[in-house]
Amino acid sequence: MKIEVAAMAGTLESSDVQITIEPAEQGLSLSISSSVLGQYGRQIKRVVLDTLEGLGVRHGRVTVVDKGALDCTIRARVTCAVYRSAGITHSIPWGEVPVNDPSR
Amino acid sequence: MIHPDKNRLRRTMLFLSAQRPSQMKDAYIYRPDSVIFDLEDAVAESEKDAARFSLFHTLKTVDYGDCERIVRINGLDTPHWREDIRASVAGGAEGIRIPKCESAQEVVEVEAAIEAAEEEFGRPVGRTLVMAAIESPRGVLNASAICEAGRRMFGVAISGGDLRKAMQTRYYPKGEEMLVPRGMVLLAARAAGVQCFDTVFTDLEDMEGFRREVQQNKEMGFDGKSVINPRQIAIVHEIFTPTEREIIEAERVVRAIREQAAEGVGVFTLDGKMLDMAFLPGAERVLALAQAAGLYEGDLVP
Repeated sequence: MKIEVAAMAGTLESSDVQITIEPAEQGLSLSISSSVLGQYGRQIKRVVLDTLEGLGVRHGRVTVVDKGALDCTIRARVTCAVYRSAGITHSIPWGEVPVNDPSR
Repeated sequence: MIHPDKNRLRRTMLFLSAQRPSQMKDAYIYRPDSVIFDLEDAVAESEKDAARFSLFHTLKTVDYGDCERIVRINGLDTPHWREDIRASVAGGAEGIRIPKCESAQEVVEVEAAIEAAEEEFGRPVGRTLVMAAIESPRGVLNASAICEAGRRMFGVAISGGDLRKAMQTRYYPKGEEMLVPRGMVLLAARAAGVQCFDTVFTDLEDMEGFRREVQQNKEMGFDGKSVINPRQIAIVHEIFTPTEREIIEAERVVRAIREQAAEGVGVFTLDGKMLDMAFLPGAERVLALAQAAGLYEGDLVP
């Protein structure tokens, strides 16, 4: 999917994560702030990038403000932001939405 | 194929907002029999899409163990309910709760949408169950038709908030204002052979009032109650747990009826009381409730 316009999903409540996604010319850039950055920063980055890859997003600027979200919440918010950017809220191809791989 | 757990134990159904990750991530630790992920009233209109993504990923990822996962979809008069069903079925929810149900036709429409989603996402057809919430005078009057409308239907819940307003009354501690609607919905459920659940109790400071209402629910014959806070769960489970005497009695009744039935005897007496097959479901339910409370470990629960 292509990021056409800026979009946001999620809140700053505990256990949530706020994702902002904006168009970019070349590649993906990621900015992460989290109270548990030292412990989970790499994990958060991996989940965000993995979700974007699963959605076929190759270019964009992503801002992550984490409040201690589970991986599945990060995936939910990233996916929602990408679909919002595309203006899609219904007829989601749920069977193709990338989910956590329990083997990893 | 219909879900094998259609008549499973449902003493408590805990409402959780699908828009709040903090509520959904670990609610199974409170051991409700079921949770209801809410896409309706608890979710702002602008966040319906976000709540569906959170719901889908929670269903796919978080292990709720034995806890049943039901989704309250948006009303059939909104643009959301079909997508709510698609997300729920794709995620693998065990059941769908129809809000503000007023007619059998609504159940038929929801069942058709569920079947289409089961086929679209490769789920076993018939696996996803349905329950309906009765929240209006018209819903109460049509409860019988609603209970008998679908083969996926496992139960109805009476919802007091809107109903009390429509009846020009409010909550009263004795519950007299709800006696007729509760009785009518219970009668409809029992006639159709589906379960029946009572409304939420919203005053979390009044635990005595809550206890009193749950006791009345049990005495009226409800299967369980919708709850809005984990603190309410233990009280419902305690009140719905049979006494030791009731458990021993139920065990003797189940054993005797099965033994007599195996020998072709339909009616007999036990301790001077007449027994027949009609006593079996009630006695089995007592044992199932006892088993859920950890008080019965025998093999007589079907």
